[in-house]
Amino acid sequence: MLAALRHRYGILLVLAIVIAVLPLAFPSSYYFRVASLVWVSAFAAIGLNILMGKAGQVSLGHAGFFGIGAYAVAIGPTHLGVPSLAAALLGCVLSALLAFLVGRPILRLKGHYLAIATLGFGVLVALVITTESRWTGGPDGISVMKLTLFGWRASGSDTWYWITGGLLLAGTWVALNLDDTPTGRAFRALHDSEIAARVTGVNVNRFKLQAFVVAAVYASLAGSALALMNGFVNPDQAGFLHSIELVTMVVLGGLGSVVGSIVGAAVLIMLPQVLTVFQEYENLMLGFIIIVSMIFMREGIVPVLSKFMTGRRA
Amino acid sequence: MPEFFQFLVSGLTIGAVYALVALGFTLVYNASDVVNFAQGEFVMLGGMVTVFVHAAGVPLPFAALVAVIVSVVLGLLLYWLAIAPARGASAVSLIIITIGASILLRGAAQIVFDKQFHKLPSFSGDTPVQILGAAVQPQSFWVIGGTAVMVLLLYVFLERTLLGKAVLATSANRFAARLVGINTTTIMALAFGGSAAIGGVAGILITPITLTSYDVGTLLALKGFAAAMLGGMGNPLGAVAGGLLLGLLEAFGAGYISSTYKDAFAFIVILSALFAAPQGLFGRRTIERV
Repeated sequence: MLAALRHRYGILLVLAIVIAVLPLAFPSSYYFRVASLVWVSAFAAIGLNILMGKAGQVSLGHAGFFGIGAYAVAIGPTHLGVPSLAAALLGCVLSALLAFLVGRPILRLKGHYLAIATLGFGVLVALVITTESRWTGGPDGISVMKLTLFGWRASGSDTWYWITGGLLLAGTWVALNLDDTPTGRAFRALHDSEIAARVTGVNVNRFKLQAFVVAAVYASLAGSALALMNGFVNPDQAGFLHSIELVTMVVLGGLGSVVGSIVGAAVLIMLPQVLTVFQEYENLMLGFIIIVSMIFMREGIVPVLSKFMTGRRA
Repeated sequence: MPEFFQFLVSGLTIGAVYALVALGFTLVYNASDVVNFAQGEFVMLGGMVTVFVHAAGVPLPFAALVAVIVSVVLGLLLYWLAIAPARGASAVSLIIITIGASILLRGAAQIVFDKQFHKLPSFSGDTPVQILGAAVQPQSFWVIGGTAVMVLLLYVFLERTLLGKAVLATSANRFAARLVGINTTTIMALAFGGSAAIGGVAGILITPITLTSYDVGTLLALKGFAAAMLGGMGNPLGAVAGGLLLGLLEAFGAGYISSTYKDAFAFIVILSALFAAPQGLFGRRTIERV
């Protein structure tokens, strides 16, 4: 199974099997829900990983796009009469457009300046969502109309388990395929050395922007899926802490590793569920675990594990 | 005109706090290249510890002293337990570590203290002083004056003492500093302790005006970071200027344009400033070495 994770279709196959088999071990619908949350977050993390791991640019405001997707499916059907799926698509278009416009000046920046600029962008999106309460319901959030397709209503945690699982498979497939395209190779060149990439004729700015737009669309789709699944959104989903959570998933799982993003998302989503036993101590434990894992597994869980496995076999 | 002056004073007051947070950022960043997102939590700690120690019957000045000591100890622990073991990690990993530390400190504060808002009494009464038609809280003078004293102390320390010169040398070139016999590890610990003290003092000064609770640190860290960026990361005077500028922008923006978008002005200005001058207002142009 581990050897399979080295090949593109191997990863997809293993993921499909995991998604298909996992429900057999679920004792209650609560597990379906947690797993769906993992799939959705993993989807967003995979997108962000294209920007961070492949193109080497950080974004501390990515939850902004997540929020745009989430609020698109909340506002579209109730205020504008747009069907849910079309609204999700509209959210994608809006996110992509915004990423395209903002990305141009932002991605010229480097290092900490890029971090603060993306962070500022994310905070602004969250602020607009919190303040324009006539549309968004303000800080309390807003309920989302259930997804209806040809008279069939998508509800129930098991239904959403399969929808989000399918979404994750599709997202993984796209991200894995990207590796072997000229764009994917340009991203990697960019990641290794921006100057070297520029010298060999890679249009650095264009590819950075592409990665940013792709990551934004991933986040927006994930936001739409989560909002439709929960039937509810609030501004926290666009907030700074959620951005950090997404970045942590990517880095914790392993920069540039698609499997890593899924593992990182699984760890970060499941931890609080396990830690609810401690209730009061949840934040304390979460902070502690973030620090410890960043110190001892600097390259991320999946790269460290795979190095460990190959090292033992050799 | 009176309202102009009113906004000016409130802008300078809150700007002074941003300046102190930004100064803490800068101190740590210069010594260790770490962007410390836990900086805002020291402001929270300064306020919260003072409130609770004062409530236990300790006179205010001593309670404040305890708060500063607690902040410094936690700042040093942050360095020794979380930053030092992660030596050589990437910038993003270090940022995530400090964010983890800030979540941890917030979680601890919510257990040790509580989730309520708390207020400290003003240091010299609540009777507003009338200046040019504006009613100025006496506490504003404490905040602005306190900030000025802190900046001056830091300046004297950096420019006039041997230890301060060692800090400057470390931030100029860590390797060269080590070659001339400076223990850069001690300097880094000193920077974390010092920035925690600065944050703690900021928290003590501002709590009588803005109140405090376990979760005030995040937004302060964001704005302090923004102020440091605005002034050009790594430039102490730039950090102070950036902080004051940010405070003024916020106060005038809230007063003349829209108070609901008060927090947005800071970030809009930063984004535009970064687009126009990608190195910050006072940052030097750097040439990348291939």
